[in-house]
Amino acid sequence: MSATARLPRKRFYRARAHSNPLSDSHFPVPICPSDVDFASHYPQFSGNPMVRFADVGCGFGGLLVALSPLFPDTLIIGMELRDKVTEYVKDRIHGLRPTNPGHYNNISVVRTNSMKYIPNYFHKAQLSKMFFLFPDPHFKEKNHRRRVISPHLLDEYAYVMQLGGILYTVTDVDELGDWMKSCLQNHPLFEPVGEDEITTDPVVKLLTSATEEGQKVARNGGQTFMAIYRRVASKED
Amino acid sequence: MEEVLIEESESGNSCTDEAAPALIAVHPTESSVVVAVGSELRVFDLKGDSAVSPLDELGGPHHSASIRAISFSSDGELFASAGDDKIIKIWKTDSWNCIRTVQSEKKVSAVSISQDSQYVTFADKFGVVWIVSLKEDRDTKAVPILGHYCSIITSMKFSPDGRFIATADRDYKIRITVFPRSALKGAHEIQSFCLGHTDFVSCLAFVCSQDQSKGFLLSGGGDLTVRLWDYISGSLLYTCALDDKAGILEASEIEENDKRAVTDICASSDGSLISVAVQGFNGVMLLSCDLVAKTLSFVKNVSMEKSFIPTSLVLVSSKERLWTVMGASNLTSSDLNNNNQRLLTRVRIISFLQKDPLDSCSRDPALLEDSQVPGGEKLLMQLQGCLDAAAQEAAFAAAAAAVRTSLQNMMIKKQYSVERRELRKRNRNDKKIKS
Repeated sequence: MSATARLPRKRFYRARAHSNPLSDSHFPVPICPSDVDFASHYPQFSGNPMVRFADVGCGFGGLLVALSPLFPDTLIIGMELRDKVTEYVKDRIHGLRPTNPGHYNNISVVRTNSMKYIPNYFHKAQLSKMFFLFPDPHFKEKNHRRRVISPHLLDEYAYVMQLGGILYTVTDVDELGDWMKSCLQNHPLFEPVGEDEITTDPVVKLLTSATEEGQKVARNGGQTFMAIYRRVASKED
Repeated sequence: MEEVLIEESESGNSCTDEAAPALIAVHPTESSVVVAVGSELRVFDLKGDSAVSPLDELGGPHHSASIRAISFSSDGELFASAGDDKIIKIWKTDSWNCIRTVQSEKKVSAVSISQDSQYVTFADKFGVVWIVSLKEDRDTKAVPILGHYCSIITSMKFSPDGRFIATADRDYKIRITVFPRSALKGAHEIQSFCLGHTDFVSCLAFVCSQDQSKGFLLSGGGDLTVRLWDYISGSLLYTCALDDKAGILEASEIEENDKRAVTDICASSDGSLISVAVQGFNGVMLLSCDLVAKTLSFVKNVSMEKSFIPTSLVLVSSKERLWTVMGASNLTSSDLNNNNQRLLTRVRIISFLQKDPLDSCSRDPALLEDSQVPGGEKLLMQLQGCLDAAAQEAAFAAAAAAVRTSLQNMMIKKQYSVERRELRKRNRNDKKIKS
């Protein structure tokens, strides 16, 4: 069996859990969304493929792998800052595709800093879903500006999302949960998704079960805090 | 991404040694001219033909560190200045009294007044844009309205109709944001991103068609291009590369690995006349924009005396004059006999008055001699600090090099050694203003 068909072993991809989003890492950055070669990420999809779901800080790819069969015709991209972790996800996807013909062709990963370069990757109103699962809490007040959900960054996430698109966040840190909910609640372009809609959304249970982080929290009997919001139009006329 | 390894410097903070370029701003009707150099605001009242000393409420020095941004409001009644002293001052231009002083947490890199003159916005060096309303109480703190994450905003302009605010940063981006009526709540709705520059964006200028129906934006940057954008959609309409334009790259004057950049741009509102300042070029490059064809074309270069590299430009459409200034916060007279170490600047003006009003092609730019300058010697003395600036060639050449270095330092993120970074972290001052 060729090396690419085997699934990767995590211990060969050790990386620090935290990465500093403020420092400029050495990865190529597209000048604009049209410059991104998404076709090479999804070779089974012809034409000009448009990514619709983005998993921001996708870690080891658990959510990507879980979402793939639920939305087989939707292109999904994971974004991850850590080099080794991105390589792991790439290898994982390349291992899954040949052993599951016809599957996992709609997911891929790119190494980038989502806090700086989201507008470089996506056109206005391109995404219908964005995921922020168990983001780094950055506990100290002086590090709050490194949080991936913030009032300023929500402007950019709103820009790349379609009207009606849904933004999902989950964390096991209650203070961070309050923070994210408060940022979303105070942002004029997001409104909370109703409880009834949350219970019927097949994606919601994946937030806590699909990723390694989520599984760890469940194993330890921890609590999770979700904030799920819809992108809406500006109220100003 | 380029990085510059910072060596340990003997004298602590290298920022105080950075040369800040001199800036010029002119009232829309040309009733007054302001040159900001170092921490000084030099004002000349052309209508009253006299130098003016702006008065701040405490009677003290207006700014205590280099001024980095100045701007008149579109109606000319207000003027804003801000810079490295983390202070924004707002002045009434009839009396040149300071009506408001605003505190910023960080050094300020850009300042702008909304089209209705109700708001003043300023950008700090952490990429956050703040706003104050001139209708509110003087002691009210500024509030943040938007941010370019972890970048430095190099230019900020309101669209002519006041509906949008454009902000450009050193990470190659231009963001166009809807400027809402309830601006104090934040500007959250991004209209577009104008992405295409392959290096930092340094300057912006809006132009619009005759019937005001279409809006366009011009930008210049470290990739030595001027670009034309449809800012409503964010599309790049045209790119004018300046590196091959007539005579600007004289081999003898360039050092190895010398990166040229566009440093300033200004345009007549219909785009027919665009003036561009380029690092290392002793003069101004003229371009023209065809708003129907949506193209830019190079017109010609206007050269000035050797070593005169403009650091700031402003076009007075009503008088068809382009005012330029060259200077820096570390440019003093090299005259050893002169104990008065006043900062020097050089002001030059190009006139575009058409010789034959019926023939637009006869418009030939003319560089005015000192004797032809409005306000004459009085103005030059006030704004330049001396009358023989032309003789100070060596000083100006040194200042041009210093300004170029400081621009590069600002635009390229510094890479510190581990020890230096730890030292910086320990001494960091991130204190939020207590509300």
